[in-house]
Amino acid sequence: MTTPLTPPPKKNPQKRTIAPTRPSEARSRAAMGLSAAAAEGRFALQRCAECDTLQYPPRDVCSACLSPDLSWKDISPEGEILAETTIHAVSKLYFRERVPWRIGTVQLDAGPVVICHLHGDCERNSRVTLINRLDRSGQGVLMALPKEGSLNMEDDPQLRAMTSDPKHRRILITDARNTNTPALARSLLDAGAATVFIGEAENWRPNPMRDELNKMANVHIFPLDVTDTSSVQELAAEIGGKTDIMINNASFIRPGGVLARGDTGFARDEIEVNYLGLMRLAQAFGPGMCSRTADGVNSAVAWVNIFSVYALSNDPEFGCFSASNAAARSLSQNMRADFRSSGLRVMNVYTGPTDDDWHQLVPPPKVAPIALARSVVQGLKDGLEETYCGDVAKDLYQRFQNNPNVLERELTQGGDGP
Amino acid sequence: MGLRQAYDGVALVAPFSTPYQRYSTDTAHWWIAGALRGALGTAGLKPGEIDGFCVSSFLLAPDSAVGLTQHLGLCLRWLDHIPMGGASGIVALRRAARAVQCGDANIVACVAGDTNHIDSFRTLLSGFSRSASDASYPYGYGGPNANFALLTDRYMQEYGATREDFGRICVAQRSNALKYPGAMMKKPLTLEQYLDTRPISDPIALFDCVMPCAGSEAFLVMPEEEAVKRELPYALIGGTIERHNAHAEDPIQLRGGWTLDIDELYEMADCDAKKIDLLQTYDDYPVICMMQIEDLGFCEKGSAAEFVRSHDLTIDGDFPHNTSGGQLSAGQAGAAGGFLGLVEAIRQVSGTAGPTQVKDANHAMVAGFGMINYDRGVCSGAAIIRSGNS
Repeated sequence: MTTPLTPPPKKNPQKRTIAPTRPSEARSRAAMGLSAAAAEGRFALQRCAECDTLQYPPRDVCSACLSPDLSWKDISPEGEILAETTIHAVSKLYFRERVPWRIGTVQLDAGPVVICHLHGDCERNSRVTLINRLDRSGQGVLMALPKEGSLNMEDDPQLRAMTSDPKHRRILITDARNTNTPALARSLLDAGAATVFIGEAENWRPNPMRDELNKMANVHIFPLDVTDTSSVQELAAEIGGKTDIMINNASFIRPGGVLARGDTGFARDEIEVNYLGLMRLAQAFGPGMCSRTADGVNSAVAWVNIFSVYALSNDPEFGCFSASNAAARSLSQNMRADFRSSGLRVMNVYTGPTDDDWHQLVPPPKVAPIALARSVVQGLKDGLEETYCGDVAKDLYQRFQNNPNVLERELTQGGDGP
Repeated sequence: MGLRQAYDGVALVAPFSTPYQRYSTDTAHWWIAGALRGALGTAGLKPGEIDGFCVSSFLLAPDSAVGLTQHLGLCLRWLDHIPMGGASGIVALRRAARAVQCGDANIVACVAGDTNHIDSFRTLLSGFSRSASDASYPYGYGGPNANFALLTDRYMQEYGATREDFGRICVAQRSNALKYPGAMMKKPLTLEQYLDTRPISDPIALFDCVMPCAGSEAFLVMPEEEAVKRELPYALIGGTIERHNAHAEDPIQLRGGWTLDIDELYEMADCDAKKIDLLQTYDDYPVICMMQIEDLGFCEKGSAAEFVRSHDLTIDGDFPHNTSGGQLSAGQAGAAGGFLGLVEAIRQVSGTAGPTQVKDANHAMVAGFGMINYDRGVCSGAAIIRSGNS
């Protein structure tokens, strides 16, 4: 069993905030495949297409037959610990600040032997389940967990260092008017979040969500209009120093593509909220969060964007909205680059059509608020960078991976006509 | 496969070691030049008289052996650069011996050296190998300490070796180092001190680890008649082997490549383990010494712990081992660590070891082991050398 984390004491403002350090980031191009799989929470190794041999460490050619035809395949994560060590002395600052640090050699049932992080509850020479997670350098690493799980296992310091767990953290949800906000707030509080701040634009207008939000303990509503730079800056000045997880669910959506609309009016609103709103938030909250990624139990840990899955490939029914999401997705990649040196993780949650007024005419399945909330919380617990919520999003992502050009044709082709 | 050709007629002369330093403001070039100069001086040669040069170093970048030719003013007809860390001494000896035997070179200088600036060990580690960057350093960045801790942990589980057993090796080597003027460690070490020191990466503690330092080592390879003509004490090569990436199927390294070739080595040298008067193992960690004692045929697999309990490993003991203190007590001067045991063994069998001289040292076994590419040492080698002047 892991000693449960206790809520951190109030921060002493006179003490220096520990500056973020990182584990080693350098990887070969082949090894980046492990990181890409970790970004989605998958346990995958390279497999040779010609002789089926699994490779580890990652290679450019098969070590059994020299075939260059290697691809990353999800494999069984089960294995057994052969040897272990607890590191007490190390020159790399990130680990030096975190020793003792436990690692081990694990023989995978699938074949390869890997050096990996060991969860504190793994017993000597026991059976383990491996996970592939992003560490604070943003690279994939393997970690062995006790096969049967253990009590409070998510609080293990080595595991928590890989994840964005909401427990004891303070979270800002940017749009109190979004129909998914109550489910998000409730799920995060259930996952142990200490406080949920919620931004509300134009608070003189009625907000049907407000009553439900006000009834939740540890929820605080603040004025926030992501289209207004001063409003964003004011809130950052007030709570930026205690925002550990940012969840940007502010979204402006109208149906229609280029020709369905007679002007750029709605497109401007979409860009203002979905793209520039994200940029304003990043500019106001990003630097403060980046400086607090090593700040103890409630360190800043993740930035969550909720995008339409049509950010990957345009849905003509919501053509201009899709375009604004594509722009925001590209910006999120820029944010990842800017945040990377701090270890602050950017998680994009891609959702299919949500079950709300604007998607009335879209056939099911549609994503319910609680489903979206579950994806967000699970993604944070798994430390993901990319996650797809709902069947439509998962289907679309798979087709996007198979061939983005085919997907574009499928999405944009018209009927056969008369 | 038949026996490989003998190494007859090749002499190893002029072993030279610079005294090691913990930190140095000088460069690898400077240290290598120092050892070359020392070996040439020992043999009474001028730089222009060598026509072959073989170098090993981690910290020459951006230079290689090529840059050194111009830097040191050497005109050569045979040049080699051996990036095999702890196996580089044996491999240099093998390559140079064949070059001399075949007439590609007449006198080859084999040199290894590295400097040690503040922080250069950490920097060296960070770029050591692609697989280490991909699959070992992200896991606690323990470097060789953590890697060998995993092997040691498994070895102890498999064969019942204890910390005391590893301690015996370290304590004996410290006793040897006290007689070796170039060694870094000048204070005696007791088994109690060994056991009580601070942990580094369990089960490895402070005295299981080598101290990175600056230093260099060199020897010359020439035809035997050349050594006789110049009246130089020399050693001859009974046999020598190398092997890379052996036993890749073993889940964790408990044996090295020596096991594949050791019978041939004894056959080539026309001797057996009993005839060996002293052993120089590559001792980056004591578990590796045990592995070599087993794999080189001095005892059964898994019984090296018992072997070190029942033998005296000091210079005057019944099984002299790492007589200059090894890297554990002399220090690890980068790639020169792969030369330390070989250079000392040449001194021993040519009767020039001075304060560390083993009595009646006629046959020496030297082993090399190097390069933790990912989870294990990939290169291994060994040589049996014997006294030339007897």
